Amino acid sequence: MTEVGKARLRSEDARLITGRTQWTDNLQLPGLCHVAFLRSPYAHARITRVDVEAAKSRPGVLAVFSGQDFADEQGSLPCAWPVTEDILIPDHPPMAVAEVRYVGEPVACVVARDRYAAIDALEDIDVDYQPLPAVTDMEQALRQSSDLVHGDLGTNQCYRLVVESGDVDAAFRDAPVTVERRYMQQRLIPTAMEPRAVVCQPDGDEFTMWSATQVPHILRLMLASVTGIGEHRIRVIAPDVGGGFGSKLQVYGEEVLLLLLAKRLGRPVKWTESRSEGNMTVHHGRDQIQRLTMAAEADGRIRGFKVDILSDMGAYLMLLTPGIATLGAPMFNGIYKMDAYSFTCTGVFTTKTPTDAYRGAGRPEATFGVERMMDELAAELGLDPLEVRRRNWIKHEEFPYTTITGLTYDSGNYEAATDKALALFEYDKLRAEQADRRERRDTVQLGIGVSTYTEMCGLAPSRALAQVRSAAGGWEHATVRVLGTGKVEVVTGTSPHGQGHDTAWAQITADALGVPFEDVKVLHGDTLIAPRGWDTYGSRSLTIGGIAVHNACQKVVEKARKVAAHLLEAAETDLDYANGSFSVRGVGGDGASMTLAEVAGATLSAHDFPEGVEPSLDSDATFDPENFSFPHGTHLCAAEVDTETGFVKIRSYVAVDDIGSVVNPLIVDGQVHGGLAQGIAQALYEEAVYDADGNLTTTTMADYLVPSAADLPAFVTDRTETPATSNPLGVKGVGEAGTIASTPAVVNAIVDALRQHGVRDVQMPCTPERVWRALREAFGEEPEGPGGAQPGAGGGLGSAQGDQEGGQG
Amino acid sequence: MPRIRVEVDGVTYEDDVEPRLLLVHYLRDRLGKVGTPIGCDTTNCGACTVLFDGMSVKSCSVLAVQADGRGITTVEGLGTDGTNHPMQRAFHEEHALQCGFCTPGMILASIDLLRENADPSEEEIREGLEGNLCRCTGYQNIVRAVRKAADEMRQPAQSEVAP
Repeated sequence: MTEVGKARLRSEDARLITGRTQWTDNLQLPGLCHVAFLRSPYAHARITRVDVEAAKSRPGVLAVFSGQDFADEQGSLPCAWPVTEDILIPDHPPMAVAEVRYVGEPVACVVARDRYAAIDALEDIDVDYQPLPAVTDMEQALRQSSDLVHGDLGTNQCYRLVVESGDVDAAFRDAPVTVERRYMQQRLIPTAMEPRAVVCQPDGDEFTMWSATQVPHILRLMLASVTGIGEHRIRVIAPDVGGGFGSKLQVYGEEVLLLLLAKRLGRPVKWTESRSEGNMTVHHGRDQIQRLTMAAEADGRIRGFKVDILSDMGAYLMLLTPGIATLGAPMFNGIYKMDAYSFTCTGVFTTKTPTDAYRGAGRPEATFGVERMMDELAAELGLDPLEVRRRNWIKHEEFPYTTITGLTYDSGNYEAATDKALALFEYDKLRAEQADRRERRDTVQLGIGVSTYTEMCGLAPSRALAQVRSAAGGWEHATVRVLGTGKVEVVTGTSPHGQGHDTAWAQITADALGVPFEDVKVLHGDTLIAPRGWDTYGSRSLTIGGIAVHNACQKVVEKARKVAAHLLEAAETDLDYANGSFSVRGVGGDGASMTLAEVAGATLSAHDFPEGVEPSLDSDATFDPENFSFPHGTHLCAAEVDTETGFVKIRSYVAVDDIGSVVNPLIVDGQVHGGLAQGIAQALYEEAVYDADGNLTTTTMADYLVPSAADLPAFVTDRTETPATSNPLGVKGVGEAGTIASTPAVVNAIVDALRQHGVRDVQMPCTPERVWRALREAFGEEPEGPGGAQPGAGGGLGSAQGDQEGGQG
Repeated sequence: MPRIRVEVDGVTYEDDVEPRLLLVHYLRDRLGKVGTPIGCDTTNCGACTVLFDGMSVKSCSVLAVQADGRGITTVEGLGTDGTNHPMQRAFHEEHALQCGFCTPGMILASIDLLRENADPSEEEIREGLEGNLCRCTGYQNIVRAVRKAADEMRQPAQSEVAP
């Protein structure tokens, strides 16, 4: 009986395909009130007066509060990752009191009998603002002359982190080849399909909060520390959660405020954001300026790599804001060997929505940087981009390998993944077609993009978190309970929101205990039911939480063995356990074996039980990994680029990923598909655009281009399986791989198509206009167009408005 | 306040509604039909898609008063006698959902797509579902699911299952 490795259809689906769902916004409670927030229309302003009286007198309105009304008890939203000793952490009130620093920051709130009444009343709140200068450009923000986001800090520099390894100066001195590039990682909006929603119900001095969150455990801990309400008096439930991608790995001001409102009013309260509200206030992702310099030998071998990045914090530091870019520190070297490496990261405050984790979190940015640079190095040397990679990557026989940044990659086989990808892609055939199109001067050129990535997954060994000054632990917890009938309950500290843990954890349990898949029930996402855990993010759930489940099952079997040995009157060491049954080795017939269900029944009654053994078949396990896991793979993208219109069409995309052993290939393929879609979307479509006054001009889905089915190609996916050595199942994690790998593959393909014309880069998202302009510039023509400025993405209503209003104050 | 009479998933309701009340809020907040979720406020995402006299509409862009005298089918009203609609089954079997938030709208839009084109190509499916966004699946398995359901629904024995 092996469940692990089987393409099990998901047990989660039954309710999701029939609408019998439990989204937070579905919840109705007796006396439930609805909350709406008034938000700042200014990027930066002093609040001089808030008048809520008119709003209070509207029918159906229970209460209206300004930030001042909660000033004494709302605390400051937590930042759990102070990356340096001298990092500047500004005060971050959940509702602004004296000053607003980004468009969308909450200023006041209404509590009313229904959502329409609450939103209507917002119009009657009168706020006087004294506008202050917006700070929208990171490089400008770091100049002495810049206006400040936080006047009391005296600077817009949040922190500066420098990591060096090897003799960087020596590596660059007299290097035969030096390649220097500047890349932009545009700002993205994570856009989980379910908008945020929070319900909080008071019960005396205790509170239950339902929230569309990835992190019920972290949320409970932080709600307690921010508000001073005892952790034991707060229960957090993450019911069905409609996607997260990092955006729900957060402790949001609205969550704190709903708790305080429930406390103050003694009534249950609900808040559900609109998409437009969410685009302004759900944390954003990416947003880096990368200055990269690579030194190499004439044969392409890398001598040194210097990484200098600016990372936009936005206006405040949220849960992990400063740490996200620093996850790139041990990742910009990718899968390559080199003599020296330096990483400098400067965190910068701007008057924009705070940034934080978005699928991949720091690793997509790093992978983009190094994979783009490998193509540039290949072009500089006139080599095939894969050949340059081969000359630098860690060879299969060199694992385990300690990289220049000090991580030990435990396993990998870059050759095998690449060979498989090349065969599926028909690389040589496409190169021939490319040559032919070049020869014919076809207006549609073909480009081939390569990305041979790795990532550090399974965040994280707790000791490693301590080393980088993160406050979090990295272990994960599981409880396995064998009930009296032999059915099994598995409690996990992970908190799935689309990943299929109900199915995958049941598969792991079914194998480990030898029980049918259907006999296992997985419980999660409620701090009362699953009190311990660090939740779901960073491709950690399987590699840490899944292992905790596996280990808890092993402990249960050992407990059951003692009971079975007693009842079968045999030595424990003489018992074999297989297919859910203990049998005495070498003895057949009745009375020589016992199923787990029989042992469970005997444990429940405990009538005939071994001395000194507690009557329970429950076990807990907490798994804290010793190392990260390192998925890797080779992605190949063929893109057709119309040189007359700038339109890019992905002709084919092949992804061969090595995520170690696979628990459920169906779920794995789905994760890869979704990851690819998001990575390709960064390359081609998405950008959060701010105008010069700090207005977000992509507040709606009409302006922020989340791709539809018509915008994406079909993917060819396959795998190699090189098991991780750091856990007993050999798994590595798959949640972020597709996103991390695909963005550079697509941009490399576009640049490859146009390089013959002198194009060395196209800034993301590579919209038709940007591609067209890059070509015109390479031809030495001055591109004409509206305003002549770099166009933003989207081009929807909001973007147009942004262009027109830019600079008018 | 106007009074409307509307049939939702086979049940007739009569209610006084504010003229500005959106159909999706009527379904969710007044009727408790919370199987239909709301993903945006600009009619871009399609999560709230329902069938309106058999044709797909985004229920966030329809007023409840416009549904007066009409029949609405939500995801909760699909399938017959406790069995799922072929499109629901295909979504499950092809792993065409992950978080499931877009799924009700995606299933109903797909059913409407097949009403107009019983045997769509992959490209026609992609174009036909352009108004429904999914952030989890990359659409690959959704396309497969629609093709599978189309094959099944074209079989004579199954042809009467569609609403």
